Amino acid sequence: MKKSLLASLAFALAGSTAAFAQDVSDNVVKIGILNDQSGVYADFGGEGSVAAAKMAVEDFGGTVLGQPIEIVDADHQNKADVASNIARQWYDTENVDAIMELTTSSVALAVQALSEEKEKIDIVTGAATTELTGAQCSPYGFHWVYDTHALAVGTGGALVEQGGDTWFFLTADYAFGYSLEEQTSEFVKANGGEIVGSVRHPLATNDFSSFLLQAQSSGAKVIGLANAGLDTANAIKQASEFGIVQAGQRLAALLFTLAEVHGLGLEAAQGLTLTEGFYWNRNDASREFGKRFMERTGRMPNMVQAGTYSAVLQYLKAVEQAGTDATKPVSEALHSMPVNDLFAENGTVGANGRMIHDMYLMEVKAPGDSTEDWDYYNVLATIPGNEAFIDPAESGCDLVSK
Amino acid sequence: MTMVFGIPIQAFLGQLLIGLINGSFYALLSLGLAVIFGLLRVINFAHGALYMLGAFVAYLLLAELGIPYWPALIIAPLIVAAFGAVIERTMLSRLYDLDHLYGLLFTFGLALVIEGVFRWEYGASGQPYAGPDLLSGGTNLGFMFLPTYRAWVVVASLVVCLATWLLIEKTKLGSYLRAATENPTLVQAFGVNVPLLLTLTYALGAALAAFAGVLAAPIYQVSPLMGSNIIIVVFAVVVVGGMGSILGAILTGYLLGIAEGLTKVFYPEASNIVIFVIMAIVLLTRPAGLFGRDA
Repeated sequence: MKKSLLASLAFALAGSTAAFAQDVSDNVVKIGILNDQSGVYADFGGEGSVAAAKMAVEDFGGTVLGQPIEIVDADHQNKADVASNIARQWYDTENVDAIMELTTSSVALAVQALSEEKEKIDIVTGAATTELTGAQCSPYGFHWVYDTHALAVGTGGALVEQGGDTWFFLTADYAFGYSLEEQTSEFVKANGGEIVGSVRHPLATNDFSSFLLQAQSSGAKVIGLANAGLDTANAIKQASEFGIVQAGQRLAALLFTLAEVHGLGLEAAQGLTLTEGFYWNRNDASREFGKRFMERTGRMPNMVQAGTYSAVLQYLKAVEQAGTDATKPVSEALHSMPVNDLFAENGTVGANGRMIHDMYLMEVKAPGDSTEDWDYYNVLATIPGNEAFIDPAESGCDLVSK
Repeated sequence: MTMVFGIPIQAFLGQLLIGLINGSFYALLSLGLAVIFGLLRVINFAHGALYMLGAFVAYLLLAELGIPYWPALIIAPLIVAAFGAVIERTMLSRLYDLDHLYGLLFTFGLALVIEGVFRWEYGASGQPYAGPDLLSGGTNLGFMFLPTYRAWVVVASLVVCLATWLLIEKTKLGSYLRAATENPTLVQAFGVNVPLLLTLTYALGAALAAFAGVLAAPIYQVSPLMGSNIIIVVFAVVVVGGMGSILGAILTGYLLGIAEGLTKVFYPEASNIVIFVIMAIVLLTRPAGLFGRDA
């Protein structure tokens, strides 16, 4: 009885002044980072994303609306059922207010659906599928960093303009690979290019030499790698072994980040074209962040890690603006506030939850051109946000009116 | 253009050769497994981890001590063999009197621990390892571009497989080994140190896995996950060849490598299951394996 009296008193007080601390549920703002920390994407996001999230909290000052901010994290092992269980536990018993990162599309879709049901916010930084802001969009779901569309526009569109007009795909034999191949093909064709063939390889293939020979004999100017992680790394390494790049064919990795380039080494990765949303050595703000991240983790951040920093920071700004950590007001604030930080310049969030910002087409440097550790990219082109991402009105998300 | 099964003969020959190269790794790894199973009756699930260790030791020798590929090809297997000997002496040897299942569970757990430690330390996306300059470049064979390093892999694997087979089947030490597994008590009575022989056997198996790991390092990413990717296939190879049959393991390794290579041309999606389909067929028709004797 006493408690409910107190609560209603608090409620009444909160109504009068928006920035009152009582409006933070359980006197703590708790953000869960859920991603792959031990499997094939452990370098892609992993512990690095957790470190980035903690940096965002520190940079924000450690408290919001007078209450502490806490980061919790867990390994979902790339399994949607494991992820859903953790998310359910976080929401139901551990007072987690929002879940972020969510590498792997199947996991992101599952957790986003759960979050919508529980009326909680999720911000996806690590997964690729456009479904998250398309048919399966959520009023409280956000997609922050990249998606298959942006990768296809960046790498597919830009390479054709540079003369790479015939393509052969090495495609991972699952939904992610198909959609990447399909969307990239569209941009290649739209720009006047041609697809001369493709081959589908099983996930976690060790040896690509057979597929590479098929790609080589096709005579295509560009070999598009519609796969991810170790698969892409092995394909690139073996392409260099078989003299494919030296013979004049170009490799385009559709999903490849700084973390994988580092793993591969410049010797094997040089000349590779890829699309990322962040590069630490692009401007002063990104360099400063990169160095601080390096001190903590021993690595430079890629777009997923920098994007997680941005997502956490923006979420905290939204909580501050809304004066509460309740889902609906924070979600409204996230939709309306522009994103300006070291990750995005003048980013906007569409009604479907898509954060729209510039992407960059990168070329991996030759070993001789790299002047310091982790100096890996030349930025070939900036892809404006409205070209990189699907117009929310055409995304297929039914939250978008008009 | 001449065609074989609907594809140009050049492409066919290329795939055949690639199958042979991959078969070399299967042969080396399944040989080690077959030696350990044949002589110790232990199903060594840690074999993939030992293969990964071989690659990592080579990587660390280069990165930390500046020791290049050629010495590493000898040193890394020796280090891993010593590691294997310690494992066998301190832990595995306690399980010989128990059901085979305990050996399997132990080695499986060990593999997870080793992989976990390396993943924690080095991450999942792997480390680059440069091969020797001597073997860089390649030759245009007309039907395909053959990297020199891959040719070396085939040669090295053939030589090591043959040497191991000769060691076990044709030398006095080999005959001791085989006798010690047939009837340890009797061999011990003749004054042969049986526990030492078993330790050496496990060390030999570990060294073979590590040798394959060093060979693989310049081709694949040196990654903590590299062993678990390949180990299941290698088990299938051993089963098809006949558990414990040393020659069977070698021949089947090459045969299945080729079968897999050709599948990649005709129906790529099936290339990672073709070996298991063959395994199922062999188990149905010849349960002891292609080269195995009925127990």
